[in-house]
Amino acid sequence: MSNYIVSLSPHAKGPLTTEKVMWGVVIALMPSFAFSAYYFGIRGIVVTLVATIACILTEFVIQKYLMKTTVTAFDGSAAITGLLLAFNVPSSIPIWEVILGAVFAIAIGKMVFGGLGRNPFNPALLGRAFMLASFPVDMTTWPKPVTTQWLWNMGASVDGTTAATPLGYLKEGVKMGESVTNLVAASPERFDHFNLFIGNVGGCIGEVSAFAILLGGIYMLYRKIITWHIPVFYLGGLALITGIFWAMDPTKYADPLFHLLAGGAMLGAWFMATDMVTSPMTVKGQILFAVCGGLLCGLIRMFGAFPEGCSYSILIMNAFVPLIDKYIKPTRFGKEVNYG
Amino acid sequence: MSYFNIIIGSIFVNNIVLAMFLGICPFLGVSSKVSTSVGMGAAVVFVMTLATLVTYLIQTLVLLPLQIGFMQTVVFILVIASLVQMVEIILKKISQPLYQALGIFLPLITTNCAVLGVALLVIKKNMSLADAMVYAVANAIGFTLALVVFAGIREKLALVDIPKPMRGAPIALITAGLLSLAFMGFAGLVK
Repeated sequence: MSNYIVSLSPHAKGPLTTEKVMWGVVIALMPSFAFSAYYFGIRGIVVTLVATIACILTEFVIQKYLMKTTVTAFDGSAAITGLLLAFNVPSSIPIWEVILGAVFAIAIGKMVFGGLGRNPFNPALLGRAFMLASFPVDMTTWPKPVTTQWLWNMGASVDGTTAATPLGYLKEGVKMGESVTNLVAASPERFDHFNLFIGNVGGCIGEVSAFAILLGGIYMLYRKIITWHIPVFYLGGLALITGIFWAMDPTKYADPLFHLLAGGAMLGAWFMATDMVTSPMTVKGQILFAVCGGLLCGLIRMFGAFPEGCSYSILIMNAFVPLIDKYIKPTRFGKEVNYG
Repeated sequence: MSYFNIIIGSIFVNNIVLAMFLGICPFLGVSSKVSTSVGMGAAVVFVMTLATLVTYLIQTLVLLPLQIGFMQTVVFILVIASLVQMVEIILKKISQPLYQALGIFLPLITTNCAVLGVALLVIKKNMSLADAMVYAVANAIGFTLALVVFAGIREKLALVDIPKPMRGAPIALITAGLLSLAFMGFAGLVK
């Protein structure tokens, strides 16, 4: 901080600090945490806590012993990375894999760039992409939410209580050449919008309940931590592309509302695409970023190899953020604005 | 194989840099500024298309009839290298502005493995001439895309206080790896 020259007064002092923003996001994630605890039991809580603690510890150790700088590991940003990483993995994941993912997310995704505010990619999503590339089977085996309720279900992936997520089920079915109409008829509970909304479906720890995520999102909007542009335009882009294909052939593609509620779209749109560090600075840039991300997510879901494209769509758009910021610049103060 | 599949497949899914790991040298070397990376990309589009056309014709009209397919690699390297040098000389003579724009980058591409890679892959995949040309252009665009995106990130990182041991090549390599990880999301987008 000594590098900064303090200019003459008056100084404007805002009440918003990094800590306040970050812990605000953590509070916003709590409804999803509560729902995940309800659906996935102690196992879900343990995975979430382990990931969070691993992230904070990694950041602490790197800052204290490798970089020898001020320790800011407890400002909440590492906790968010840990929470989001845990929310993006199935609850049956082996604990050591979560720890490895958390260490990767913080060390490679964030600290090699110098820490908070410097990373080009969202660390939690990088952790997830790393885990998906390294442990594809563990990362795509989901325990059924209700049967594991309040059980310490260590062997959820072995004892047959697993179930495909709605998106995974859809992808496999379509790959087999089955029509969506038949798939919905065969497993109506997976495509029930109310089930998807409250989270009574298989999936990653924190992504299942759209309702809980919306609660957190509204809280963040109320606290002015995020603006509405990115989530709304991301989900709009997703609904648009899936809606177009659904309108063309409803027997081959699922409806847009299903795509909005299923999988990680809600979590991604509200909590990961809105990451201040890795999203564009201008509103115009944010809209471009979010719409492209939503379109990409829909395309990957419908045509890609992975059933869920949300995390990759945001990662890919993260890569484009520097270019977006380079070419979409805010209007300079004092420059005439054309309101026409 | 439809043209649409070839184009999407080579630009995004099997991106020549981020999925096939060819042409890493210019990818790291000429990506510190967006403007130069665009120039490099233009040069690669130009050279890759031309080189693929010429090597394809040599393969089908010379190597195959003479049954000297084993000479493929050697001949291709020689042809591409001399072709690029020749193009450079011609450009210098007839189109000074284009030479100025591409000038520095042309010699760099002479020994670019991405150019040779595409020329060889086209033969290996038994493509028709039209397919091969589309494939070459699409791959060159994919290369440009990866290069420009990477240059954008590196321009931003140049302003960032990176820890000292990570500055320069280490952070560039890590970022390239992370970018490649992100591009995995395109997997399977076209069959």
